[in-house]
Formats: sequence, C-alpha cells, structure tokens
Amino acid sequence: MDATTNCVLPRYRVVRDEAACTGCAQCVRSCANGVHRLRKDPDRIVINSRACVNCQRCVVFCPELALTIRPWPQVGTGSSTWTAEAMADIAKQAQTGAVLLSSMGTPAPYPIYWDHLLLNASQVTNPSIDPLREPMETRVFLGSRPEILKINERERRVVEPLPPQLKLDVPIMFSAMSFGSISLNAQKALALAATELGTFFNVGEGGMHCDLEPFADHAFAQVASGRFGVDAHYLNTAAAIEIKIGQGAKPGIGGHLPGEKINSEVSRTRMIPEGSDAISPAPHHDIYSIEDLRQLIFSIKEATGYRKPVAVKIAAVHNAAAIASGMARTGADIIVVDGFRGGTGAAPKRIRDAVGIPVELALAAIDQRLRDEGIRSMVSLVASGSIRNSADVVRAIALGADACSIGSAALIAMGCHQCRDCSSGRCNWGIATQRAALTARLRPEEAAERVVNLVRAWTAEIQEMMGGMGINAVDSLRGNRLMLRGVGLNEKELDILGVKYAGE
Amino acid sequence: MTRRNIPREGEVRIPSGCAIAGIMDRSGARHDGGDILRSIALMHDRSNGLGGGFAAYGIYPDYADLYAFHIMYESREARAAAEAYLEHFYLCEKQERIPTEEHPAIKNPPDIWRYFMAPHPMRLAASGLDEAEYTMQHVFHINGKIEGAFVASSGKDMGVFKGVGYPEDIGAFYRIGDYRAWAWTAHGRFPTNTPGWWGGAHPFTLLNWSVVHNGEISSYDANRRYVEQFGYDCELQTDTEVITYLFDLLARRHGLSQQMAAHIMAAPSWREIDAMEPDRAAFETALRTVYASALVNGPFSIIVGSEEGLLALNDRLKLRALMVAEKGPMVYLASEQAAIQVVCPDAENVRSIEGGVPFVVQRDDVAAAKAGEAAENRAVRDWPLEHEVGVLPRKRREA
Amino acid sequence: MTDATHTLDAGKAEAAAGTAALTGGTATGEVTLGLAHFKEANEQVRKALASADAVVVRDANAQRYLGCALPAGKSLDILGTPGNDLGCYLDGGAIVVHGNGQDQVGNTMNDGAIVVHGRIGDAAGYAMRGGTILVRGDCGWRAGIHMKEYAGKRPAIVIGGDAGAFLGEYMAGGVIVVGGTPGDYVGTGMHGGVIYLRHPLSAESIMDGLIQELVGDEDIPQLAALLAAYDEAFASEGPPLGGDPGSWYCLRAASARPYGGLYAH
Repeated sequence: MDATTNCVLPRYRVVRDEAACTGCAQCVRSCANGVHRLRKDPDRIVINSRACVNCQRCVVFCPELALTIRPWPQVGTGSSTWTAEAMADIAKQAQTGAVLLSSMGTPAPYPIYWDHLLLNASQVTNPSIDPLREPMETRVFLGSRPEILKINERERRVVEPLPPQLKLDVPIMFSAMSFGSISLNAQKALALAATELGTFFNVGEGGMHCDLEPFADHAFAQVASGRFGVDAHYLNTAAAIEIKIGQGAKPGIGGHLPGEKINSEVSRTRMIPEGSDAISPAPHHDIYSIEDLRQLIFSIKEATGYRKPVAVKIAAVHNAAAIASGMARTGADIIVVDGFRGGTGAAPKRIRDAVGIPVELALAAIDQRLRDEGIRSMVSLVASGSIRNSADVVRAIALGADACSIGSAALIAMGCHQCRDCSSGRCNWGIATQRAALTARLRPEEAAERVVNLVRAWTAEIQEMMGGMGINAVDSLRGNRLMLRGVGLNEKELDILGVKYAGE
Repeated sequence: MTRRNIPREGEVRIPSGCAIAGIMDRSGARHDGGDILRSIALMHDRSNGLGGGFAAYGIYPDYADLYAFHIMYESREARAAAEAYLEHFYLCEKQERIPTEEHPAIKNPPDIWRYFMAPHPMRLAASGLDEAEYTMQHVFHINGKIEGAFVASSGKDMGVFKGVGYPEDIGAFYRIGDYRAWAWTAHGRFPTNTPGWWGGAHPFTLLNWSVVHNGEISSYDANRRYVEQFGYDCELQTDTEVITYLFDLLARRHGLSQQMAAHIMAAPSWREIDAMEPDRAAFETALRTVYASALVNGPFSIIVGSEEGLLALNDRLKLRALMVAEKGPMVYLASEQAAIQVVCPDAENVRSIEGGVPFVVQRDDVAAAKAGEAAENRAVRDWPLEHEVGVLPRKRREA
Repeated sequence: MTDATHTLDAGKAEAAAGTAALTGGTATGEVTLGLAHFKEANEQVRKALASADAVVVRDANAQRYLGCALPAGKSLDILGTPGNDLGCYLDGGAIVVHGNGQDQVGNTMNDGAIVVHGRIGDAAGYAMRGGTILVRGDCGWRAGIHMKEYAGKRPAIVIGGDAGAFLGEYMAGGVIVVGGTPGDYVGTGMHGGVIYLRHPLSAESIMDGLIQELVGDEDIPQLAALLAAYDEAFASEGPPLGGDPGSWYCLRAASARPYGGLYAH
C-alpha cells in the first residue's frame, strides 16, 4: 500500500431491481457522478457505487422504481470511538494531506433545541382564533426604529420620518446563497418566489447577476470580506444590504470558491477573472473592531443615501449576545444570527462540525441582552440556520426573532436531497453547480412554484398555531416566551432560553 | 392556617375573568360611592369572591398636590420598614389608618394605611429624576423589596380601595359611600386560582393611573418584555399591571395622548391600513412598526382612570363586552348594560364600545386645556427637570 | 490589452493631478468642513458637486467617506486631513489630497483616481478593482489587500515611499508599485496581478508560491506609465521616482490557484 492507495470504503450501495428495470437508461442520464453507465454487448447498465453521493436523483426519476440506495453494508469495527466515518476521514487525510471539505449543515447529532420547545394553545380562559375566518396577520417590518415616535396627532402624520424599513408579508426570507455556490437558475427561483411571496432573497457575496436586477426590490445585496461584485450600482440596486461577518456553518473563516466554478457568468457577476479562485478573507480587512463595523455600515449608508436598511450577519458564537449588542449600537438596522447547523456550499468539515453554537440559544441570549439594555425595540433581529418547518419559525419568533431566513429548506423544496456534496460542483438537481447541462435541469419558474408552495403552507400553519394561542398578529408572538415550554432541558438551558418547564 | 404555599400574584400568572364598571361626571362635580357600588354589585356572578375593588378620583381635595399612598401591610415589621423607607425619601404631611368597617364576608384584612407626602426635595434633586419617575421607583422598591408591604395606589387626589371578597362587600368594608369622587371605577374579579392576597386584587394603579380589566391577553409576555426594557418591573405578572405600564410608557413618558396610546395598543389591522390613503397609511404603519410590541392581543376590555378622566377600550376583535351610556354630564361604563341602568334608568345613548376604538371621556376643564396644547408629542425625557425647591411644594407653603 | 488599460488608468491619474480645481477650473465649488460631522460634511460636498464638477474641500478634519462613489467627471481637491474610507466605492471621479490620508483610502474603489501628496494609513485600496491611487510618501499595512482585476479594469497603486507589512495580501489582480521598502509578508496569498519593487526582497522574505524576478520587457510599458504618472503628479515635491524601469523587480504568484490542493472532498 502506498500513499495513494484509497482505503476509503464507499458510503452507499446502489441496488437495481433487475426484474423491474426496463433498461430505459433514465438513471444514466440522471447521474453526473457516473454511478450508472450503459455497457454495450450485451446491453446492460452497470453500477459504480463508489461514485454515489446519495443525491437520490436516479431513485426519484426511475420510472419503474427499480433503484434504491442503501448504506454500504460493511460491518463497523464495533467501536464507538473509531466509527466508520472517523476512520474514513483519517484515511482520506492520510492519502491527500488535505483539509477535509464538507457541505450543507452539520449532520452531527448535536441537540436541536427546537424539538425541546413546545407551543401553547388557549383553553377556556381566553379563546383561540380561527385563522381561516378571522384576520391573522403575518406582516413584519425590518429596520431600525426610534424608541419614541414623534408624531403630530391632530394632523395624523409622523414628524420625524422612520429609517428605511423592509416590508415582509410573511416572517420568512431566503438566506444568502451566492451565484457560484448555487446556480443562477436556483437564484432566479428564489428571486421569483420572494417577489411572489412579498419577502426577500439574498444574492449572497457573489454580486448580483444582471438577470436578477428585475427582482432587486426583493433582494438583499451582500457585502462580504471579498467585496465581490460590490460597487455603487450594486448597493443602490438592492432593497437592502447585508454585511456578512460570519456564517453559521463556518464561523471565523473566509470563503473559497474554487476556480473551476468561476465560469464566464460567475466571473462577470463577481467581477473577477474567469478560472481564478475567489477567496474571501477570514475578516473584513477594514473591520478589526466594533467601531470599524460602524465605519463600514455608514460607508454603505453614504453610498446609498441612507435609503436602504443595512443588516449585519454574524455566526452564532459564544459571545453572540455581547456582539449583537455592539452591532445594534453601531448603526446596524437588522441583526442576523446564523446558527451552527446552517448550510454552506463548502466549509472545512472540522469547522462546520465543531465551531459555533445552536441558533436557539444564541437567539434567546441576544434578544434578552438587547432587552436588558433597553434597545431591543430599536433594531430588528433575524434568525437562520436550521429552520426546518413552520413550528421552528414560530419558536424562533417567540424566542425573540422578528423573522427567520431559510436556506436549506428552500433548496430542499427545489429538489435538494441533502447529499452534502455541493462542493464537488456536480449537483444532479441543478442547484449547487455551474455546469450548463446540470443547471438546465432546474427551471426557475417550476422551482419557484415549489418554494412558494412551501412558504404558503408554512404561513398557513403559522397562522393556525398563532390562532391557537389566541394571537392574531405576529407582533404579539415576538419575544412572547410564555407561549413556549421546555421539555428535556436542564435548568441552565431553560434559563438561557428564558422559558419555563412544561407543567410550570 | 396559612395558605402561603399557594403561589401569589407575581409568583405565578393567574388568569381571571371579571366585571368592570366606571362612572364619571365630566363637570368635575363629585359623587359618593353609592352608584358604583350598586352597579358592580349587579354583576355579582361575573366575579367569584376572590377580588374586588374601586378607584376614586377627586377624593382628597385638601391634599390634592401631595402623593396619596394607600399601603397594605401584612405585619407590623412590614409597616415599620416601609415607613422608615418613606421617611427617607418623602416628607409626610399626614398619615393615618384607612377607616374600615368590619364585615362578615371580609376575612383577614391587612392593616391598611394612607400617607400624604411630597418627595424629599434634596433627594429628588439628587436622583436626577422627575417627580413621577422618582415616585414610581419608590413604589417599585416597596412592592418588590419590602416583604409584606404593598402600595395599592400612589397618585394624587385619588385612591384605590381593594381586597379579597366580592366588590360590594369590599366597598362596604372600606365605607366607600363616605368618599366623594368625580370619577369611580370598579372591579369584580374571577381568578382561576389565588391565595387570596389583597395586593393581587384590582384596580391596579401606578401614579395617577388606575386600570380595571376584563379578559386574558395572549400578548402578555411580548408586552411584558417590551415594557421591562424601560424599567417597569412586572412584579405581579398580571395583564392589568402590564397594560398600566403600557399607558404610563406611551402617554406619560412618550407624551402621546391617552387616546393615541390606546390606539397603538389596539392598532388597526393591516387590511384596514392598506385601504387608507397613502399618508394616513404611512402614519399608521409607522405607529405599528415602532410600537409593534405594544400591540395588545387577545380578549380584553379595560377602563383606565387618570387625572384626565376615563378611557375605555375593547380589543380589536371585540372579544369582551363593555357598554357605555350618558346622561347630562354623567358617563357610565359597565360590562353589562343593566349595570348602567340600575343606577341611571334613563341613561341615553346606550351603546357598546367598539372593538379597537378607544372611548375617551375627559373632564371638561381638562378637555379645554388640551385643546390649546401642541399636537406634537414631547417625551418626558426631553423636558427640563423642574424641581420644586424648598421643604414643601410651593402651593402648600402659600396655603 | 494590458498596455491599453494601463495607459488609460495612468492617464486618469494625470488628469486628476492636472485638472485639479485648485489650479483653476471653470466651474468650481468650495466647502469648508471644519469640525462638521461626516454626515453633514458629505451632504455639503454632494450639494456643491451638484452645481460644480470640481469642488475644493477646505479644512477637512477626519470626516469619513469624502468622495464616496464619486462618478466620472467630478473631482475633489481636499485640504486638511480627510477621514477613513476616503473615496470608497469611487466610481470614476478624481480626488486629490493636499496632505495626508488616513486608513482605507479607496476602499472597494471601482474606477477613477486618488492622488495623495503625503502619506496614507492602513488597508489602502482594499478590494479595489479599478482606477489608480498615487501616494507620494509611505503607506501603512495591508495596502492593496485583495485587489482584483476584471475584464478591462486593472487597478493600480503607486507608493513612492515605504509600505507596511502584508502588502498585496490575497492579491487577485492589478498592479502595486513601491518605490521604497515594503514590510514583511509581501504578497502573501497572492494569486493574481503583479507587485513592482524598486528594491528586491531578500530570498527569505519571498513568501511561498511567489516568484521574484527582474521586470521583463512586457512589464516595462505599464511600469513606466505608472512611474510617469507619479512623477508628473508630484513633480514639484521631490526627485522623480522613476529611474530606469528596467532595473525594477516584479513579484508574481506562481499559480492562479495557490490553494488548489488544500482541500479533499
């Protein structure tokens, strides 16, 4: 065995039901990883299980339901320490000397606090409300506000106008996903869906492709450390600007879009040469401290005539509450906190799986800190990173969020099957790839319809849950932690989440 | 036999159903407590004997410029501690036990005192607070820190008489027929569970505010966590308490009218706002955006008393009943129409308070003064501090 | 392609130096900032620019963002000490500073020219993708960090004096010229563009993945054009930077993908 010997066992075994298979070769056409190959003489389809990433495209599209993907049937060592995955990681690094790259949110079994928070419903002492027949408001505004509104009561007008606000008809936005990490078609789908739903998508740190400009009224433009695609036009085109300090999946490190994903369109949008690596530095090199963040926020405000809200996104880390408090005082209009289970197109595996904290705890701590300092009502707070369903949205808002952003859930609605192989650039669903043959599989209008369906369904569910609590406006759910009760949590967790135990 | 193992208001959240009533003479003429007692008594079945009370405005004309503290004590030690504390921060003109009458239905009443006081001028100046904030902080201190002492009311020329029992019995106990007020409110409580603590009865008050409330709001914790940012300690965990603090924050501190404060708390729906002409929609949108957390949600009907008069408000889905009627300068409010007609059979203009539409009745002199005031709100924090200098406020020195 | 672009950018710098409002333009505005807050100061400057293409800004005292996103055809002449982020998102306009600049001069600059008749602070030309910055004296740390080039745009920074450490860190394109001595870690993470040095780095100061050599024939036109632009801008203030361009050294990345082997899927 030399250094190049591949000791890594396949992860999956693709099984074909030969009796059901008609040899139509749909699977061959489905798979960019080359798992299914057509052999002549005799005609048959052979399987290379090693190449399978479990994206399930072939399974879904097999007209005969002849395919299944199973775990590779090798028995483990029986050790809880040296699991097959732990050993495979070591084998890969022994072979390559490389940093392990991974994608999407961490699959590691950390606690999911959403699942330990139960919602309240009205019984007797106050009535529940039927959202199908009575008004149930999900509209939310994001932006900074004065503590006291100056008005003229007689003339019914505002004396001092409010800072710019974003109107969301639903408290759900789409997380930042750059052109480069996902395909332009996937971005278009999110843009179409955001416009249809009356909410916002986020172009991520890769600039705004000209095809997205018609949807710019529903777009966040992101400014990250690499400043890709950032110029006065970009800032002024979008509805709002988000400064990305960190991302839940990879707090504290920069980004690295490999040169093979920088095709001519990505190059044009990011304003960098084709084929070169797009490297985002770990920090913004004009932000080494909190007062520097203020400088960048106001440089954006100066460049946009104070007409756009500026959001600042941080990864949920240990000191998130204090950091968020500082952010609120720097002039950030919207604070975005992204939990460590959030997705990514590519992140070093050790970073993704070991750095950061759950968004539930960070969100609760930030909301409480801002309240302790009397400034919560003057800034908006958005939570993201592992929002899986409408109940998670309700829980997040009750903990204190104004709105949530969803990334992985929106991609799953478009077809993503969480194979977590985004970084390879061979996404068979046409999402996390720049290959023309693959991106063509994702038609923006169809994908948008699926995303719109998802958010509409969630909204209906949110309304049902709010109605059950006797609440008819999302304003009255925000920070309403009495609507939550904990189960399976210790005292410290209850304390940080600011909730009582079920039965209390 | 102590029942202290049942948690009190403040240790637990206790939902309540209720009856409420209010009577006011716009002209400022004062009437005894007979009518309000008969009005609330008619709604006996809306309460369960675990709480009743009255707020009365204009009852202490001889001490109208002094803070009138009504304080309930559960022990001698509590009184000693509270009086020592007050002596430090206030100059007391007069203190006395509030006259009560034994009543067979009233069990274990606390020792109830009243004090007519002015803030200690030097301590007030040193506090950097205005008189109202200063007084509010000391009320919070006594209620939160002095075990067994509870400030039932702390306004000027007003007072609250409340306790555990049916409201008509509480009224008799306090001899409210002996007091003459230009505005009265009353409350009969139906708590789901309570240890029978007198401090937990309603009306709830702060400074000149008194609130009686019927319903259980679902926005409680959103409202609580909003006002707590600004130093309002929600010690009792009751809806009435948080609604009182919202009024104090919006109307007193932010300088909005009481009507605007109520409008914010029962804001128009987005559907209504979207149908407004753009300038009006922008105004309403700004109010809802800045004061999103002051929106009160779920069923409630309230009568708010203050030095200005009475304000009645129903939640915007109108999940609770509240009636109003008039007769000459008199205005009557009650959860049930008959509770008005029992004291004023020929009341006119009988109607229900609409959902989300504040009903405001101001004393004539207040209304006249307000008409001449600026229409723009001026926050308390933007006013210069104008402390009285000297041992007693000017008016009393001259008297 | 490069030659033409360079003539263009260097030409803009000359234009900035030559047509500066102080030398007497046709429509000239004037603003005195004193201790005004940046928000008010920038409003005043924008107002003056609305009625004049060239504006003289007097008594600048740390006001940030002067010349923010200034478009082509507009120019500022600044006396005093402008604040951080001078000429951020600069979009074709020209800025001349008759004094020193602070940190982040030309932050995320897109096009145009900034000429500083003094020294500047840290992180000049951060993420700059077009236009030219000429600095007569020294610059702080991390000048030209993450400079990039794209299509017809190729940014250039000329520092007449010494440069702080991490010059051209992450550099993905463009040109940096240093007449004095750069600090340590020159061009670390560089994966595009070129740094011209009058004084070569010692062998142990050359970061992994970089190659230092004498300039080649293909370098001379663009280097000479930038040196000429510098000399013209600061003609009256000292000896020319120029000399023989052929005696300069250049520093380039060996690969446009220095981290190609860093990761395993």
